[in-house]
Amino acid sequence: MLKKVEEYFFRGLMLLSNLIILFVLGLIIYSIFKKGLSSLSWEMLTQRPHGGYYYGKEGGVLNAIVGSLYLSVGATVLATFIGVPVALFMNVYLIKQKRVLNFIRYLLDLIWGVPSIVYGAFGFSLMVFLGIKTSLLAGIITVTLFILPIMIRACDEILKTSPIGLLEAALSLGSTKTETSFRVVLMQSFSGIVTAILLSFGRAIGDAASVLFTAGYTDNIPTSLSEPAATLPLSIFFQLSSPVPEVQNRAYASAAILTIIILIISVSSRAISKKYHKNRI
Amino acid sequence: MDNNTKIKVDNLNLYIGKQHILKDINIEIPENKLTVILGPSGCGKTTLLKCMNRLTDLYPDVKINGSIFIDNEDILHTNTDVTEIRKKMGLLSQRPFPLPMNIYNNVAYGLKISGRRNKKALNARVENYLKIVSLWDEVKDRLHEPASKLSIGQQQRLCLARGLAVDPEIILADEPTSALDPISSEAIEKKFVELKQQYTIVMVTHILRQARRIADHVIFMYMGEVIEQGPAKEIFENPKMERTKKYLQGAFN
Repeated sequence: MLKKVEEYFFRGLMLLSNLIILFVLGLIIYSIFKKGLSSLSWEMLTQRPHGGYYYGKEGGVLNAIVGSLYLSVGATVLATFIGVPVALFMNVYLIKQKRVLNFIRYLLDLIWGVPSIVYGAFGFSLMVFLGIKTSLLAGIITVTLFILPIMIRACDEILKTSPIGLLEAALSLGSTKTETSFRVVLMQSFSGIVTAILLSFGRAIGDAASVLFTAGYTDNIPTSLSEPAATLPLSIFFQLSSPVPEVQNRAYASAAILTIIILIISVSSRAISKKYHKNRI
Repeated sequence: MDNNTKIKVDNLNLYIGKQHILKDINIEIPENKLTVILGPSGCGKTTLLKCMNRLTDLYPDVKINGSIFIDNEDILHTNTDVTEIRKKMGLLSQRPFPLPMNIYNNVAYGLKISGRRNKKALNARVENYLKIVSLWDEVKDRLHEPASKLSIGQQQRLCLARGLAVDPEIILADEPTSALDPISSEAIEKKFVELKQQYTIVMVTHILRQARRIADHVIFMYMGEVIEQGPAKEIFENPKMERTKKYLQGAFN
Protein backbone atom coordinates (compact mmCIF):
# COMPACT_ATOMS: atom_id res chain seq x y z
CA MET A 1 0.00 0.00 0.00
CA LEU A 2 2.71 2.42 1.05
CA LYS A 3 4.70 1.50 -2.08
CA LYS A 4 1.75 2.43 -4.22
CA VAL A 5 1.33 5.81 -2.53
CA GLU A 6 5.05 6.44 -2.97
CA GLU A 7 4.79 5.49 -6.64
CA TYR A 8 1.87 7.87 -7.23
CA PHE A 9 3.51 10.65 -5.25
CA PHE A 10 6.73 10.62 -7.26
CA ARG A 11 4.95 10.12 -10.53
CA GLY A 12 2.84 13.15 -9.72
CA LEU A 13 5.92 15.13 -8.75
CA MET A 14 7.67 14.36 -12.03
CA LEU A 15 4.58 15.23 -14.01
CA LEU A 16 4.29 18.50 -12.14
CA SER A 17 7.94 19.43 -12.82
CA ASN A 18 7.42 18.70 -16.49
CA LEU A 19 4.32 20.83 -16.60
CA ILE A 20 6.07 23.73 -14.85
CA ILE A 21 8.89 23.68 -17.39
CA LEU A 22 6.50 23.48 -20.33
CA PHE A 23 4.41 26.27 -18.83
CA VAL A 24 7.40 28.59 -18.37
CA LEU A 25 8.65 27.85 -21.88
CA GLY A 26 5.19 28.45 -23.29
CA LEU A 27 4.88 31.69 -21.35
CA ILE A 28 8.21 33.00 -22.64
CA ILE A 29 7.35 32.22 -26.24
CA TYR A 30 3.83 33.60 -25.82
CA SER A 31 4.96 36.91 -24.37
CA ILE A 32 7.70 37.38 -26.96
CA PHE A 33 5.35 36.77 -29.84
CA LYS A 34 2.44 38.69 -28.31
CA LYS A 35 4.47 41.84 -27.91
CA GLY A 36 6.67 41.33 -30.94
CA LEU A 37 4.21 40.13 -33.55
CA SER A 38 2.77 43.61 -34.16
CA SER A 39 6.23 44.89 -35.12
CA LEU A 40 7.36 41.75 -36.90
CA SER A 41 7.20 42.67 -40.54
CA TRP A 42 8.98 42.02 -43.79
CA GLU A 43 10.67 45.36 -43.36
CA MET A 44 12.03 44.28 -39.98
CA LEU A 45 13.74 41.29 -41.61
CA THR A 46 15.05 42.86 -44.79
CA GLN A 47 16.18 46.38 -43.92
CA ARG A 48 18.83 47.87 -41.75
CA PRO A 49 17.94 50.64 -39.32
CA HIS A 50 17.87 53.92 -41.19
CA GLY A 51 16.11 57.25 -41.06
CA GLY A 52 13.91 57.44 -38.00
CA TYR A 53 14.26 53.80 -36.92
CA TYR A 54 15.09 54.63 -33.37
CA TYR A 55 12.02 56.87 -33.12
CA GLY A 56 9.73 54.07 -34.22
CA LYS A 57 9.77 54.81 -37.94
CA GLU A 58 11.12 52.92 -41.00
CA GLY A 59 13.86 50.27 -41.07
CA GLY A 60 14.59 46.86 -39.56
CA VAL A 61 17.21 44.77 -37.81
CA LEU A 62 18.87 43.07 -40.78
CA ASN A 63 22.23 44.37 -39.51
CA ALA A 64 21.81 42.40 -36.28
CA ILE A 65 20.45 39.27 -37.97
CA VAL A 66 23.36 39.09 -40.41
CA GLY A 67 25.88 40.14 -37.76
CA SER A 68 24.66 37.49 -35.33
CA LEU A 69 24.77 34.77 -37.98
CA TYR A 70 28.27 35.76 -39.17
CA LEU A 71 29.53 35.88 -35.63
CA SER A 72 28.01 32.72 -34.23
CA VAL A 73 28.58 30.60 -37.34
CA GLY A 74 32.20 31.79 -37.45
CA ALA A 75 32.75 31.08 -33.76
CA THR A 76 30.98 27.70 -33.89
CA VAL A 77 33.00 26.55 -36.90
CA LEU A 78 36.24 27.67 -35.24
CA ALA A 79 35.30 26.05 -31.92
CA THR A 80 34.29 22.82 -33.69
CA PHE A 81 37.65 22.53 -35.43
CA ILE A 82 39.43 23.02 -32.12
CA GLY A 83 36.99 21.39 -29.70
CA VAL A 84 36.13 18.11 -31.44
CA PRO A 85 39.78 17.03 -31.91
CA VAL A 86 40.52 17.97 -28.29
CA ALA A 87 37.61 15.84 -27.07
CA LEU A 88 38.73 12.96 -29.30
CA PHE A 89 42.28 13.31 -28.01
CA MET A 90 40.98 13.07 -24.46
CA ASN A 91 38.95 9.95 -25.14
CA VAL A 92 41.34 8.03 -27.39
CA TYR A 93 44.87 9.14 -26.52
CA LEU A 94 44.48 10.04 -22.87
CA ILE A 95 42.18 7.16 -21.95
CA LYS A 96 44.92 5.51 -19.91
CA GLN A 97 45.79 8.67 -17.95
CA LYS A 98 42.73 8.80 -15.74
CA ARG A 99 44.20 11.38 -13.37
CA VAL A 100 45.26 13.78 -16.13
CA LEU A 101 41.88 13.32 -17.77
CA ASN A 102 39.98 14.09 -14.58
CA PHE A 103 42.10 17.18 -14.03
CA ILE A 104 41.38 18.45 -17.56
CA ARG A 105 37.66 17.82 -17.08
CA TYR A 106 37.75 19.66 -13.77
CA LEU A 107 39.50 22.65 -15.34
CA LEU A 108 37.05 22.77 -18.23
CA ASP A 109 34.12 22.66 -15.85
CA LEU A 110 35.64 25.60 -13.97
CA ILE A 111 36.13 27.61 -17.16
CA TRP A 112 32.60 26.75 -18.25
CA GLY A 113 31.36 28.60 -15.18
CA VAL A 114 33.16 31.85 -15.99
CA PRO A 115 30.54 34.55 -16.81
CA SER A 116 30.53 35.74 -20.40
CA ILE A 117 31.17 39.37 -19.42
CA VAL A 118 34.56 38.21 -18.12
CA TYR A 119 35.27 36.77 -21.55
CA GLY A 120 34.22 40.09 -22.99
CA ALA A 121 36.68 41.91 -20.75
CA PHE A 122 39.41 39.38 -21.55
CA GLY A 123 38.69 39.69 -25.27
CA PHE A 124 38.88 43.45 -24.95
CA SER A 125 42.27 43.37 -23.25
CA LEU A 126 43.43 40.91 -25.90
CA MET A 127 42.33 43.38 -28.58
CA VAL A 128 44.22 46.20 -26.91
CA PHE A 129 47.30 43.98 -26.72
CA LEU A 130 47.04 42.96 -30.39
CA GLY A 131 46.04 46.45 -31.45
CA ILE A 132 42.77 45.53 -33.17
CA LYS A 133 39.57 47.54 -32.92
CA THR A 134 36.05 46.37 -32.16
CA SER A 135 35.33 44.13 -35.10
CA LEU A 136 33.69 40.96 -36.29
CA LEU A 137 37.05 39.19 -35.95
CA ALA A 138 37.50 40.23 -32.32
CA GLY A 139 33.91 39.14 -31.62
CA ILE A 140 34.42 35.76 -33.27
CA ILE A 141 37.63 35.12 -31.31
CA THR A 142 36.03 36.07 -28.00
CA VAL A 143 32.89 34.03 -28.59
CA THR A 144 35.03 31.06 -29.70
CA LEU A 145 36.90 31.20 -26.40
CA PHE A 146 33.60 31.49 -24.60
CA ILE A 147 31.95 28.44 -26.21
CA LEU A 148 35.07 26.27 -26.41
CA PRO A 149 34.80 24.74 -22.92
CA ILE A 150 31.11 24.03 -23.57
CA MET A 151 31.93 22.42 -26.90
CA ILE A 152 34.76 20.27 -25.52
CA ARG A 153 32.90 19.08 -22.44
CA ALA A 154 29.69 18.36 -24.36
CA CYS A 155 31.62 16.33 -26.97
CA ASP A 156 33.61 14.68 -24.21
CA GLU A 157 30.46 13.53 -22.42
CA ILE A 158 29.18 12.01 -25.67
CA LEU A 159 32.50 10.33 -26.54
CA LYS A 160 32.76 8.91 -23.02
CA THR A 161 29.74 6.74 -23.79
CA SER A 162 31.43 5.16 -26.80
CA PRO A 163 32.18 1.57 -25.68
CA ILE A 164 35.81 0.64 -25.10
CA GLY A 165 35.18 -2.58 -27.04
CA LEU A 166 34.74 -0.49 -30.16
CA LEU A 167 38.07 1.22 -29.58
CA GLU A 168 39.70 -2.17 -29.06
CA ALA A 169 38.08 -3.54 -32.21
CA ALA A 170 39.31 -0.66 -34.34
CA LEU A 171 42.84 -0.79 -32.93
CA SER A 172 42.96 -4.56 -33.40
CA LEU A 173 42.34 -4.06 -37.10
CA GLY A 174 45.60 -2.16 -37.23
CA SER A 175 44.26 1.36 -37.32
CA THR A 176 46.29 4.09 -35.72
CA LYS A 177 44.78 6.14 -32.93
CA THR A 178 44.12 9.00 -35.36
CA GLU A 179 42.27 6.74 -37.79
CA THR A 180 40.34 5.23 -34.90
CA SER A 181 39.42 8.69 -33.62
CA PHE A 182 38.09 10.15 -36.83
CA ARG A 183 36.76 7.12 -38.68
CA VAL A 184 35.30 5.04 -35.87
CA VAL A 185 34.83 6.86 -32.57
CA LEU A 186 33.66 10.11 -34.18
CA MET A 187 31.25 8.26 -36.47
CA GLN A 188 29.85 6.29 -33.54
CA SER A 189 29.09 9.52 -31.68
CA PHE A 190 28.25 11.70 -34.68
CA SER A 191 24.66 12.52 -33.72
CA GLY A 192 25.74 13.45 -30.22
CA ILE A 193 28.53 15.65 -31.58
CA VAL A 194 26.00 17.49 -33.76
CA THR A 195 23.94 18.13 -30.65
CA ALA A 196 27.03 19.42 -28.85
CA ILE A 197 27.80 21.78 -31.74
CA LEU A 198 24.20 22.96 -31.71
CA LEU A 199 24.35 23.61 -27.98
CA SER A 200 27.46 25.73 -28.49
CA PHE A 201 25.83 27.58 -31.36
CA GLY A 202 22.87 28.40 -29.12
CA ARG A 203 25.21 29.85 -26.51
CA ALA A 204 27.12 31.78 -29.17
CA ILE A 205 24.14 33.42 -30.82
CA GLY A 206 22.35 34.17 -27.57
CA ASP A 207 25.12 35.88 -25.66
CA ALA A 208 25.25 39.67 -25.35
CA ALA A 209 27.97 40.34 -22.80
CA SER A 210 30.91 38.79 -24.60
CA VAL A 211 30.28 40.80 -27.79
CA LEU A 212 29.52 44.11 -26.12
CA PHE A 213 33.11 45.37 -26.12
CA THR A 214 34.52 43.13 -28.81
CA ALA A 215 32.18 43.11 -31.80
CA GLY A 216 30.66 46.49 -30.98
CA TYR A 217 27.44 47.63 -32.56
CA THR A 218 26.67 49.25 -35.88
CA ASP A 219 23.75 49.96 -38.14
CA ASN A 220 25.74 48.69 -41.08
CA ILE A 221 26.14 45.15 -42.30
CA PRO A 222 29.81 44.15 -41.96
CA THR A 223 31.55 43.43 -45.25
CA SER A 224 34.88 42.36 -43.77
CA LEU A 225 36.27 40.82 -40.60
CA SER A 226 37.75 44.12 -39.50
CA GLU A 227 34.43 45.94 -39.37
CA PRO A 228 32.27 46.03 -36.27
CA ALA A 229 29.12 43.90 -36.28
CA ALA A 230 25.72 44.18 -34.66
CA THR A 231 24.16 41.23 -32.87
CA LEU A 232 20.57 40.34 -32.03
CA PRO A 233 20.99 40.16 -28.24
CA LEU A 234 22.55 43.62 -28.17
CA SER A 235 19.91 44.90 -30.55
CA ILE A 236 17.25 43.62 -28.13
CA PHE A 237 19.09 45.32 -25.27
CA PHE A 238 19.38 48.70 -27.01
CA GLN A 239 15.82 48.70 -28.30
CA LEU A 240 14.40 47.70 -24.94
CA SER A 241 16.18 50.64 -23.29
CA SER A 242 14.50 53.05 -25.69
CA PRO A 243 11.75 55.31 -24.29
CA VAL A 244 9.70 54.92 -27.50
CA PRO A 245 7.06 52.12 -27.13
CA GLU A 246 7.28 51.13 -30.86
CA VAL A 247 11.01 50.57 -30.51
CA GLN A 248 10.45 48.56 -27.33
CA ASN A 249 8.04 46.32 -29.22
CA ARG A 250 10.69 45.85 -31.88
CA ALA A 251 12.93 44.40 -29.16
CA TYR A 252 10.37 41.63 -28.74
CA ALA A 253 10.19 41.18 -32.50
CA SER A 254 14.00 40.79 -32.52
CA ALA A 255 13.71 38.24 -29.72
CA ALA A 256 11.16 36.34 -31.81
CA ILE A 257 13.57 36.37 -34.78
CA LEU A 258 16.38 35.04 -32.56
CA THR A 259 14.11 32.28 -31.26
CA ILE A 260 13.08 31.30 -34.78
CA ILE A 261 16.72 31.17 -35.97
CA ILE A 262 17.61 28.82 -33.10
CA LEU A 263 14.55 26.70 -33.89
CA ILE A 264 15.51 26.38 -37.57
CA ILE A 265 19.10 25.42 -36.75
CA SER A 266 17.92 22.93 -34.16
CA VAL A 267 15.43 21.17 -36.42
CA SER A 268 17.75 20.98 -39.41
CA SER A 269 20.73 19.69 -37.43
CA ARG A 270 18.53 17.02 -35.93
CA ALA A 271 17.69 15.88 -39.43
CA ILE A 272 21.41 15.75 -40.28
CA SER A 273 22.29 13.80 -37.16
CA LYS A 274 19.48 11.31 -37.77
CA LYS A 275 21.07 10.42 -41.08
CA TYR A 276 24.20 9.29 -39.26
CA HIS A 277 22.45 7.84 -36.25
CA LYS A 278 21.49 4.66 -38.07
CA ASN A 279 25.09 3.41 -38.24
CA ARG A 280 25.56 3.72 -34.52
CA ILE A 281 26.07 0.41 -32.75
CA MET B 1 61.60 -21.98 -28.40
CA ASP B 2 60.69 -24.88 -30.59
CA ASN B 3 59.68 -24.49 -34.18
CA ASN B 4 55.98 -24.92 -33.79
CA THR B 5 55.56 -22.36 -31.07
CA LYS B 6 53.87 -19.21 -32.30
CA ILE B 7 53.41 -17.33 -29.06
CA LYS B 8 55.59 -17.74 -26.02
CA VAL B 9 54.87 -15.95 -22.77
CA ASP B 10 57.80 -15.67 -20.41
CA ASN B 11 57.53 -14.80 -16.71
CA LEU B 12 54.66 -12.44 -17.29
CA ASN B 13 53.37 -10.54 -14.28
CA LEU B 14 50.61 -7.97 -14.52
CA TYR B 15 49.42 -5.60 -11.85
CA ILE B 16 46.46 -3.24 -11.88
CA GLY B 17 47.19 -0.76 -9.15
CA LYS B 18 48.28 -2.94 -6.24
CA GLN B 19 46.33 -5.98 -7.41
CA HIS B 20 48.41 -8.83 -8.79
CA ILE B 21 46.28 -10.02 -11.70
CA LEU B 22 48.58 -12.33 -13.65
CA LYS B 23 51.14 -14.28 -11.65
CA ASP B 24 54.27 -15.54 -13.29
CA ILE B 25 52.71 -16.77 -16.52
CA ASN B 26 54.81 -19.11 -18.67
CA ILE B 27 53.02 -20.58 -21.65
CA GLU B 28 53.65 -21.72 -25.19
CA ILE B 29 50.99 -21.58 -27.85
CA PRO B 30 51.50 -23.87 -30.86
CA GLU B 31 51.22 -22.63 -34.43
CA ASN B 32 48.13 -23.43 -36.53
CA LYS B 33 46.37 -25.09 -33.66
CA LEU B 34 43.37 -24.11 -31.62
CA THR B 35 44.49 -23.28 -28.13
CA VAL B 36 41.91 -22.81 -25.43
CA ILE B 37 42.58 -20.81 -22.30
CA LEU B 38 40.21 -22.34 -19.81
CA GLY B 39 39.28 -21.27 -16.33
CA PRO B 40 36.59 -19.79 -14.12
CA SER B 41 35.45 -16.18 -14.51
CA GLY B 42 37.82 -13.59 -13.13
CA CYS B 43 40.92 -15.78 -13.31
CA GLY B 44 42.75 -13.43 -15.69
CA LYS B 45 42.11 -15.19 -19.00
CA THR B 46 40.85 -12.10 -20.79
CA THR B 47 43.63 -9.93 -19.42
CA LEU B 48 46.21 -12.43 -20.65
CA LEU B 49 44.61 -12.40 -24.09
CA LYS B 50 44.61 -8.61 -24.22
CA CYS B 51 48.31 -8.54 -23.35
CA MET B 52 49.00 -10.42 -26.55
CA ASN B 53 47.98 -7.56 -28.80
CA ARG B 54 48.78 -4.88 -26.27
CA LEU B 55 45.22 -3.71 -25.72
CA THR B 56 46.33 -3.50 -22.08
CA ASP B 57 47.97 -0.24 -23.21
CA LEU B 58 44.52 1.33 -22.97
CA TYR B 59 43.86 0.59 -19.34
CA PRO B 60 44.90 2.89 -16.51
CA ASP B 61 47.29 1.79 -13.75
CA VAL B 62 48.45 -1.37 -15.56
CA LYS B 63 52.03 -2.49 -14.92
CA ILE B 64 53.51 -5.40 -16.85
CA ASN B 65 56.77 -7.32 -16.30
CA GLY B 66 58.08 -10.15 -18.43
CA SER B 67 57.97 -10.92 -22.12
CA ILE B 68 55.61 -12.10 -24.81
CA PHE B 69 57.35 -13.49 -27.88
CA ILE B 70 55.44 -13.67 -31.12
CA ASP B 71 57.60 -15.16 -33.89
CA ASN B 72 60.62 -14.55 -31.68
CA GLU B 73 59.89 -10.87 -31.30
CA ASP B 74 59.24 -9.61 -27.80
CA ILE B 75 56.17 -7.46 -28.39
CA LEU B 76 56.35 -5.82 -24.98
CA HIS B 77 59.88 -4.54 -25.57
CA THR B 78 60.20 -3.76 -29.23
CA ASN B 79 60.61 -0.81 -31.50
CA THR B 80 58.05 -2.17 -33.91
CA ASP B 81 54.99 0.03 -34.09
CA VAL B 82 52.13 -1.35 -32.02
CA THR B 83 49.73 -1.09 -34.97
CA GLU B 84 51.98 -3.47 -36.92
CA ILE B 85 51.85 -5.95 -34.05
CA ARG B 86 48.08 -5.68 -33.83
CA LYS B 87 47.69 -6.22 -37.57
CA LYS B 88 49.07 -9.72 -37.06
CA MET B 89 46.11 -10.55 -34.86
CA GLY B 90 42.39 -10.52 -35.37
CA LEU B 91 40.29 -9.96 -32.28
CA LEU B 92 36.88 -11.37 -31.52
CA SER B 93 35.38 -10.02 -28.32
CA GLN B 94 32.67 -11.30 -25.98
CA ARG B 95 30.10 -9.09 -27.56
CA PRO B 96 30.42 -8.17 -31.21
CA PHE B 97 31.41 -4.56 -31.84
CA PRO B 98 30.73 -3.87 -35.50
CA LEU B 99 32.15 -0.55 -36.66
CA PRO B 100 29.60 2.27 -36.96
CA MET B 101 29.32 1.95 -40.75
CA ASN B 102 27.65 -0.31 -43.28
CA ILE B 103 28.26 -4.03 -43.69
CA TYR B 104 30.52 -3.63 -46.71
CA ASN B 105 32.71 -1.01 -45.06
CA ASN B 106 33.06 -3.09 -41.92
CA VAL B 107 34.99 -5.66 -43.89
CA ALA B 108 36.67 -3.12 -46.17
CA TYR B 109 37.77 -0.82 -43.32
CA GLY B 110 40.93 -2.71 -42.42
CA LEU B 111 41.89 -2.92 -46.09
CA LYS B 112 41.19 0.73 -46.76
CA ILE B 113 43.32 1.97 -43.89
CA SER B 114 46.22 -0.15 -45.05
CA GLY B 115 46.01 1.67 -48.37
CA ARG B 116 44.15 -0.80 -50.56
CA ARG B 117 41.60 1.29 -52.37
CA ASN B 118 41.16 -0.49 -55.69
CA LYS B 119 37.39 -0.85 -55.90
CA LYS B 120 37.36 -4.15 -57.78
CA ALA B 121 39.92 -5.80 -55.54
CA LEU B 122 38.08 -4.55 -52.48
CA ASN B 123 34.77 -5.94 -53.71
CA ALA B 124 36.36 -9.30 -54.35
CA ARG B 125 37.98 -9.45 -50.95
CA VAL B 126 34.86 -8.37 -49.10
CA GLU B 127 32.89 -11.08 -50.91
CA ASN B 128 35.58 -13.65 -50.24
CA TYR B 129 35.77 -13.05 -46.50
CA LEU B 130 32.03 -12.82 -46.07
CA LYS B 131 31.85 -16.21 -47.79
CA ILE B 132 34.52 -17.65 -45.51
CA VAL B 133 32.38 -16.85 -42.47
CA SER B 134 29.22 -18.04 -44.31
CA LEU B 135 27.60 -14.63 -44.14
CA TRP B 136 27.60 -13.75 -47.85
CA ASP B 137 24.28 -15.32 -48.74
CA GLU B 138 22.57 -13.60 -45.84
CA VAL B 139 23.87 -10.11 -46.56
CA LYS B 140 24.74 -9.90 -50.26
CA ASP B 141 21.59 -7.91 -51.05
CA ARG B 142 22.06 -5.42 -48.24
CA LEU B 143 25.75 -4.70 -48.10
CA HIS B 144 25.07 -1.01 -47.69
CA GLU B 145 22.83 -1.32 -44.69
CA PRO B 146 24.24 -0.48 -41.24
CA ALA B 147 26.00 -3.41 -39.58
CA SER B 148 24.02 -2.70 -36.43
CA LYS B 149 20.90 -4.03 -38.16
CA LEU B 150 22.30 -7.56 -38.23
CA SER B 151 21.52 -10.08 -35.52
CA ILE B 152 24.13 -10.58 -32.80
CA GLY B 153 25.19 -13.91 -34.31
CA GLN B 154 25.60 -12.34 -37.74
CA GLN B 155 27.48 -9.40 -36.21
CA GLN B 156 29.94 -11.78 -34.57
CA ARG B 157 30.59 -13.51 -37.90
CA LEU B 158 30.97 -10.10 -39.53
CA CYS B 159 33.57 -9.20 -36.91
CA LEU B 160 35.40 -12.43 -37.72
CA ALA B 161 35.32 -11.62 -41.44
CA ARG B 162 36.55 -8.09 -40.76
CA GLY B 163 39.43 -9.46 -38.72
CA LEU B 164 40.38 -12.07 -41.31
CA ALA B 165 40.32 -9.52 -44.13
CA VAL B 166 43.51 -7.86 -42.93
CA ASP B 167 45.49 -11.11 -43.22
CA PRO B 168 46.30 -11.84 -39.60
CA GLU B 169 48.34 -14.86 -38.54
CA ILE B 170 46.65 -15.19 -35.19
CA ILE B 171 43.03 -15.00 -34.09
CA LEU B 172 42.43 -13.93 -30.51
CA ALA B 173 38.95 -14.77 -29.33
CA ASP B 174 37.59 -13.74 -25.97
CA GLU B 175 34.58 -15.94 -25.17
CA PRO B 176 33.33 -15.29 -28.70
CA THR B 177 30.14 -17.26 -28.23
CA SER B 178 29.05 -15.99 -24.83
CA ALA B 179 26.48 -13.55 -26.22
CA LEU B 180 25.25 -15.90 -28.95
CA ASP B 181 22.43 -18.40 -29.23
CA PRO B 182 23.36 -22.11 -29.59
CA ILE B 183 23.06 -22.14 -33.38
CA SER B 184 25.22 -19.05 -33.89
CA SER B 185 27.69 -20.44 -31.37
CA GLU B 186 27.96 -23.65 -33.31
CA ALA B 187 28.58 -21.68 -36.51
CA ILE B 188 31.50 -19.86 -34.87
CA GLU B 189 32.94 -23.08 -33.44
CA LYS B 190 32.74 -24.77 -36.83
CA LYS B 191 34.51 -21.82 -38.45
CA PHE B 192 37.29 -22.02 -35.89
CA VAL B 193 37.86 -25.68 -36.59
CA GLU B 194 38.12 -24.91 -40.32
CA LEU B 195 40.29 -21.86 -39.83
CA LYS B 196 42.90 -23.46 -37.61
CA GLN B 197 44.56 -24.94 -40.69
CA GLN B 198 45.79 -21.48 -41.59
CA TYR B 199 45.64 -19.51 -38.38
CA THR B 200 46.88 -19.83 -34.85
CA ILE B 201 43.74 -19.49 -32.78
CA VAL B 202 43.74 -18.56 -29.11
CA MET B 203 40.32 -18.77 -27.54
CA VAL B 204 39.34 -17.85 -24.02
CA THR B 205 36.38 -19.68 -22.59
CA HIS B 206 34.89 -20.81 -19.33
CA ILE B 207 32.62 -23.31 -21.07
CA LEU B 208 34.10 -26.71 -20.45
CA ARG B 209 32.08 -28.53 -23.10
CA GLN B 210 33.10 -26.03 -25.74
CA ALA B 211 36.74 -26.58 -24.85
CA ARG B 212 36.29 -30.33 -25.06
CA ARG B 213 34.67 -30.04 -28.46
CA ILE B 214 37.26 -27.99 -30.26
CA ALA B 215 40.53 -27.57 -28.35
CA ASP B 216 43.84 -28.97 -29.57
CA HIS B 217 45.84 -27.45 -26.78
CA VAL B 218 44.61 -26.38 -23.37
CA ILE B 219 45.90 -23.86 -20.85
CA PHE B 220 44.09 -24.05 -17.54
CA MET B 221 44.15 -20.95 -15.38
CA TYR B 222 42.99 -20.31 -11.86
CA MET B 223 43.27 -17.13 -9.79
CA GLY B 224 45.80 -15.51 -12.10
CA GLU B 225 48.05 -18.53 -12.34
CA VAL B 226 48.54 -21.13 -15.03
CA ILE B 227 47.83 -24.41 -13.31
CA GLU B 228 48.37 -26.79 -16.17
CA GLN B 229 48.97 -26.74 -19.91
CA GLY B 230 49.33 -29.31 -22.64
CA PRO B 231 47.61 -31.12 -25.51
CA ALA B 232 43.85 -31.25 -25.03
CA LYS B 233 43.75 -35.02 -24.87
CA GLU B 234 46.18 -35.18 -22.00
CA ILE B 235 44.53 -32.46 -20.00
CA PHE B 236 41.02 -33.77 -20.38
CA GLU B 237 41.78 -37.46 -19.95
CA ASN B 238 44.64 -37.39 -17.58
CA PRO B 239 44.95 -34.13 -15.67
CA LYS B 240 47.93 -34.02 -13.35
CA MET B 241 46.92 -31.27 -11.01
CA GLU B 242 44.22 -31.55 -8.36
CA ARG B 243 42.67 -28.19 -9.29
CA THR B 244 42.32 -29.14 -12.94
CA LYS B 245 40.65 -32.43 -12.01
CA LYS B 246 38.17 -30.63 -9.80
CA TYR B 247 37.33 -28.07 -12.48
CA LEU B 248 36.84 -30.76 -15.08
CA GLN B 249 34.49 -32.56 -12.73
CA GLY B 250 32.63 -29.32 -12.13
CA ALA B 251 33.48 -29.37 -8.46
CA PHE B 252 34.14 -25.66 -8.09
CA ASN B 253 33.43 -22.39 -9.72
